[in-house]
Amino acid sequence: MSDALSDAAKLPARGALYPTGVPVALRLAVPWIALAVLFAVLPAIFASGTSLTMLSLMGIMIVFALSYNMLLGETGLLSFGHAVYYGLGGFLTVHVMNAVIADRLPVPLPLLPLVGALGGLFFGIVFGSVSTRRAGTAFAMISLGLGELVASSSLILRGFFGGEEGVSTNRTKLLHVFGLNFGPQIEVYYLIAAWCLLCMLAMYALRCTPFGRMCNAVRENPERVQFVGYNPGMVRFIAFSLAGLFAGVAGALAAINFELVNSSAVGAEQSGLVLLAAYIGGTGNFLGPVIGAILVTWLEGMLSDVTEVWQLYFGLLFIGVVMFAPQGIAGLLMMHEPLWHAGAYRSMLRLALTYLLALVPGLGLIAGLILVIEMTYHISVKASEGPTVSVFHVALNTVSVAPWAAAAVLIAGGFVLFRLTWPLVGAAWHDASLRAHSAGRGK
Amino acid sequence: MLELVTISTLNGVLYGMLLFLMASGLTLIFSMMGVLNFAHASFYMLGAFFGFQLGQLLGFWPALILAPVLVGGIGALVERYGLRYVHRHGPVAELLFTFGLAFVIVEVVQMIWGKGPVDYRVPDSLDFTAFTVFSTNYPAYKMFELLTAIAIFAVLFAVLTRTRVGLIIQAALTHPHMVAMLGHNVPRVFMLVFGVGTGLAAVAGVIAGPALVTQSNMAAALGPILFVVVVVGGLGSLSGAFVASLLIGLVQTFAVSINLSVADALGRIGVAPPSGGLLSDVWTVTVAQLGPIIPYLLLVLILIFRPVGLMGTREH
Repeated sequence: MSDALSDAAKLPARGALYPTGVPVALRLAVPWIALAVLFAVLPAIFASGTSLTMLSLMGIMIVFALSYNMLLGETGLLSFGHAVYYGLGGFLTVHVMNAVIADRLPVPLPLLPLVGALGGLFFGIVFGSVSTRRAGTAFAMISLGLGELVASSSLILRGFFGGEEGVSTNRTKLLHVFGLNFGPQIEVYYLIAAWCLLCMLAMYALRCTPFGRMCNAVRENPERVQFVGYNPGMVRFIAFSLAGLFAGVAGALAAINFELVNSSAVGAEQSGLVLLAAYIGGTGNFLGPVIGAILVTWLEGMLSDVTEVWQLYFGLLFIGVVMFAPQGIAGLLMMHEPLWHAGAYRSMLRLALTYLLALVPGLGLIAGLILVIEMTYHISVKASEGPTVSVFHVALNTVSVAPWAAAAVLIAGGFVLFRLTWPLVGAAWHDASLRAHSAGRGK
Repeated sequence: MLELVTISTLNGVLYGMLLFLMASGLTLIFSMMGVLNFAHASFYMLGAFFGFQLGQLLGFWPALILAPVLVGGIGALVERYGLRYVHRHGPVAELLFTFGLAFVIVEVVQMIWGKGPVDYRVPDSLDFTAFTVFSTNYPAYKMFELLTAIAIFAVLFAVLTRTRVGLIIQAALTHPHMVAMLGHNVPRVFMLVFGVGTGLAAVAGVIAGPALVTQSNMAAALGPILFVVVVVGGLGSLSGAFVASLLIGLVQTFAVSINLSVADALGRIGVAPPSGGLLSDVWTVTVAQLGPIIPYLLLVLILIFRPVGLMGTREH
């Protein structure tokens, strides 16, 4: 409720960003054209093979996380089994691809995500019809049960799921159009980017329709939705089916990217990953899952190179977000939007300085924790490799006292200093929001 | 056949009682705080690993007492400094907090004990054959597991229904505000229940660890089954959890020993199943292979046809 009110209050300020006289259609199109240009030039900036692969994965994850947020963020449905639609979409795509190759049908590769979309939609309708009659905890449990059901079936139905090794395909064997054979990763990247943009646009448009608003209403107060004359169960069902559709597209893109789908695509880990991505990014804002998907994919790629316990950091980050910033990264950023629009730049600068001040001990605390985790991991699991472990490019001897003492000092000192500097942030925030408020009134 | 039925029944009841040790804590926590503790099976796993580690240092029997106490203490701390803080962000955040906790506990266990199984063995004092049914030797350790589970069940039941603490807990389940007005520290009761609930899960871990394989995937393997138990039994119903635990324990144990498939059944009445195609496996899958799926099928069916669960009374 309060979100809707503050949104309405912000509307005139938003309009003021553009000079008067610019047509509405153009105003709406500008961010999307900018995004398309960004997608087009990204491979030129990050040209290496690994970054191209990572960009492709990010595109897939963005579609998947946004489709998840149609449930959690927009409709208030907490699903623990969203990978079912992603994975089944991927499996169907691979089977159709193989059939197309075997029968030499004139179907080009860029159209195949449609198969994933239809597959995701189909299973969304089937499973949605049994699970969306209820919301809340019951829905979460059913989604978990369905997820486990499909995941355990995937190990039994070897013909469809391909057993342990999965089902593989060859994306270059399909009909070539405009001389594209989709062998090189760059061509696959542009395929994924195009579909990602299309899906983002579609999901954003859906969010702005009366149906999208109805989803939000079902999230906030299903009882009142009934009074207005809508059936909350039906709204949830449609939202669920459409989320399945977009998850299916993401699964199809993943199938095209890897040329392989195995049973882990429908598993609990994949379902958990998309939940983490959407929640860390922020479920209350359209851009939240996008930020989350980019961050999670990047962390997955970078951290797994640096440390073997990267999933622990991942889990700790998630718990940190749940405890201290349940609105996610996007929510934290958007908190500052009213200050920016009110033009309270000087108090924002002061706020930024206090952030920096609190950041220093905060980073010390985190560095101390990382030291403890890395050294513990080393002495307990990798003791056979000798006592020396390298953390932040510094060689540490885990059997001597010094590094442990340093970690303890970092943790304790960081914690105490952070507790001391945090009230300054609070004071600066209070001051800035007061100023923004009075400036808003002056207008 | 009779031998199979006897042994399977014993094993099924044993598995069911172990499930109930965990499900009872989960149910109490849920009905009191409205939090479905995703990390409950992780505390069971912690119990097994603590039991293993303490068993190496002190022997099995001290570990049987100490490990659950330690894990229960960790559980109480989690409630006090984690869940109670997250409560202000609403029920979704609470559920997600326990979800993240489950994730972290698995990683911490892997960080300390590695990914492979640890060598957690049945103690020598219990490593003998209790009795012989037909030609099968039934190990004493399994009887010990069964008796421990039943004893704890009896104690829990007695405490909840016959003591003053149990009375306050029961009252706090339904009327927390009234209990607080009467001068009881309800948050502390919550902390106590969370600690005891996770401690019970740890007991299950300590005694099941040597019989099953103690490794870092044991929480992920058991956690979803545990949810099936509490949902099928009826969220918040202790007796429902008991019935559902035994039901699922027996069903899963019996399923493993039935080697029959649709193709066999069709073959007996003279119908040949279609062969070939992507879904040809449907015909040849045996009941034994279906074992892992049955609980989830049961869950989905229950939620469609009797959403309150077998013995539940309230809609959630």
